[in-house]
Amino acid sequence: MEEILKVSNLSKGFPGVQALSNVDFTLNRGEILGLMGENGAGKSTLIKVMTGFYRRDSGDIHFDGQAVDFTSPNDAVRHGISTVYQEVNLLPQLTVAENIFIGRQPMKKRGGIDWRELNSRAENAVAKLDLDIDVTRPLNTYSVAVQQMVSIARALDISAKVLILDEPTSSLDAAEVEQLFTVMRRLKSEGISIVFITHFLDQVFAITDRITVLRSGKNAGEFTTEGLSRMDLISSMLGKEFEDLDASRWGSSLGTGEGDPLVSMNSVGKKGFIFPFDLTIRPGEVLGLAGLLGSGRTEIAQLLYGVEKPDEGVLQLNGQETALSSPRGAIDEGMGFCPEDRKEVGIIPELSVRENIILALQAKRGALRYIHRKEQEAIADKFIRALNIVTPSSDQLVKNLSGGNQQKVILARWLAAEPRLLILDEPTRGIDIGSKVEIQKLILELAKEGLALLFISSELDEVVRCSSRVAVLRDRQVIGELDGTDISESQIMKTIAETA
Amino acid sequence: MDGKLLQNPNPLTKRFLFVLAGLAAILLLNLIISPEFFQVSLHEDGKIRGNLINILNNGARVCILAVGMTLVYATGGIDLSVGSVMATAGAMAALMIRPGYLQGLPVANPQPPLLLIMAVPLLIAMLLGLINGALVALVRIQPIIATLIMMYSARGLAVLMVEGQTPTYHGVPFTKLGLGYFLGLPLPVWIAAAVFLITVLVTKRTALGVFIEAVGENRKASRYMGIRTRLITMGTYVFCGLCAGLAGLVHVAGESSTSPYNTGNMIELDAIAAVIIGGTMWGGRFTLAGSIVGALIIQSLSTTVYFQRWPYEYSLVFKAVVLIVVALIQSEKLRAYAAQGWASIKSRRAR
Repeated sequence: MEEILKVSNLSKGFPGVQALSNVDFTLNRGEILGLMGENGAGKSTLIKVMTGFYRRDSGDIHFDGQAVDFTSPNDAVRHGISTVYQEVNLLPQLTVAENIFIGRQPMKKRGGIDWRELNSRAENAVAKLDLDIDVTRPLNTYSVAVQQMVSIARALDISAKVLILDEPTSSLDAAEVEQLFTVMRRLKSEGISIVFITHFLDQVFAITDRITVLRSGKNAGEFTTEGLSRMDLISSMLGKEFEDLDASRWGSSLGTGEGDPLVSMNSVGKKGFIFPFDLTIRPGEVLGLAGLLGSGRTEIAQLLYGVEKPDEGVLQLNGQETALSSPRGAIDEGMGFCPEDRKEVGIIPELSVRENIILALQAKRGALRYIHRKEQEAIADKFIRALNIVTPSSDQLVKNLSGGNQQKVILARWLAAEPRLLILDEPTRGIDIGSKVEIQKLILELAKEGLALLFISSELDEVVRCSSRVAVLRDRQVIGELDGTDISESQIMKTIAETA
Repeated sequence: MDGKLLQNPNPLTKRFLFVLAGLAAILLLNLIISPEFFQVSLHEDGKIRGNLINILNNGARVCILAVGMTLVYATGGIDLSVGSVMATAGAMAALMIRPGYLQGLPVANPQPPLLLIMAVPLLIAMLLGLINGALVALVRIQPIIATLIMMYSARGLAVLMVEGQTPTYHGVPFTKLGLGYFLGLPLPVWIAAAVFLITVLVTKRTALGVFIEAVGENRKASRYMGIRTRLITMGTYVFCGLCAGLAGLVHVAGESSTSPYNTGNMIELDAIAAVIIGGTMWGGRFTLAGSIVGALIIQSLSTTVYFQRWPYEYSLVFKAVVLIVVALIQSEKLRAYAAQGWASIKSRRAR
């Protein structure tokens, strides 16, 4: 096999993080390579360093036998490495043909764009992908899948030898994925090399020849897809071997809650979002959601919390059939939600720690039943102490706190609002080890006090340690539920690995 | 002095002192050029007169508008329609005071109750504000576009209501709203002060203020924690409409006539400038006191130009200068450059 792109000993750091350390990466001519890894594994950084978006700190990149040092993404494109990003990076209002040729339009001798030439060349470019579309129509009249193909057509027309597809299938349906795969196989037979980044296990097994796994910015494994077991791939991504799994299970002390379910969801689902699933949560139990990134964990939380409306199934709260259309409705039913993305949907950066903590409680009470300054301070101080939030005072603006402390402020916000059901989506992400254990203990204490918790985490040991039951997800589907002594990291990984 | 305030200064507190200093500087400038600018006299009729009172009296309308505009601006919006809404409210008042104007009839006798003459135009102004709010919060049209539409529509409505005429109504009780005095001070000053104080109380003694700031800063996060973001947003536009209606009544009462074309023409820009000068963040922390001082800065510039008998255009230039200064102060980039420059000067001196 001939190597087209070879990266050796590559390192790249950002202030405070070493994103890549001594990574090796090889891509052969005419192969489809899967690049896998959980959040923060370094996939995007690797791609961006290889394509000249970032400069590397150290290491070598060889392309087509030559040592290269791309200075910009355009430089990489000129050499023949094109990247198609998850979000289509084209101009939706322009025609398909304009999108393919923008920036390098064929010109007439006397000046002006040669539209006839441009359109006929565009037709050729899309025909190569077996795509039967009118290139003179605006791009946004076509589906995302077709737009994705147009990006590929553009990349190929610029003379790509290497095509990097960054999560191209995340918004495609099954038929569209198959269409994309057909194109990918065809390009491969023409000698083009493809790097395919995805979170979907089934897809990576269906299309790739080899798989490279990164974990925490380091090489975690290189595999030939044929004959690889899902188990081996998953343990390489998560960095767990069966032997060294930690068996401590605090959650077993909880039992599986008492009495009637507080929440029961029957075949609740939403098309293109998550497949229908069943879940129940009782007071006093912690239901863990386990699965790889993109497996649909957050989607379940969003359906339960009224952020997204399901289009089928029945949600019962306290035995009553309920339809939630907004977080507000969910809060009125006694829910609280610590979101995964604290910047986007968590903190109010310019408000103080105190204000951020009391807001949910205040919203619950209504604007007119104002929590007075003294009471606000008492509440804020109580949680600053209880959760060990590091801040000079409760008047500090929350934007000046570290990420971990911001996370604790959001947690404090919901504890102050005293919900009956608390949804925690990655509550320990970006938090130091000590605080992590504190939060895990807090979760158990809350459950013992009778709260129902839905606990989402990418870290399996955490899910295993804290949950009284665990629902396992894969590819946006709930594929199993574990309880009692069945809850272990190895059992969760086996469940994820089982072929459908 | 409260030690805590100094140790942990709210950025807006610092900002407010700065804006206040700006107002003082403008007044000081007048003191240097012509000390008689500050003459204030108590007349036999019990009215206090002088340039300072003129600033308060003539600035009252922009002050009232700025209070409403502040809340809209804090939610990350803007309201271009306030001037036109003033005209609509003024036209409605005229129709009630002198319904037979177009037939050449004098003012209605007896006059409808004063409260009714005020209430109906104010309700209409709130309705126009509600339409603004619905377009912004429900239909998700950009605030600048939604209120631009209302700016045209409300102006057109005002002109149609009085058929392009300028009804006059000298001497009716309604005109006291703009011309009357209470305890030596013009009534518009009292009205503006009341609007300001009530709004401060309502936003600071309830959670509405912090909800408005939260929605402006991070709408999505606010929704996730159960704040009724659409209601809050719409509410600020309704309130801004109410303020515009009130400013319109004060204006036409002072003129004793309603000109549908001139009432509130371009005044929305002064209101927006007042809010910006005052230091309210677009989408975030707001300061009503800052906006009031901002409005007074704008008015004192105009009054100065008038008093010194400079051409009117000068006041436009002054407003521009004030806004440039404010924008430069707000620019983080500039502050970074300044800090760099200062550091290099210091290091050179050290050597």
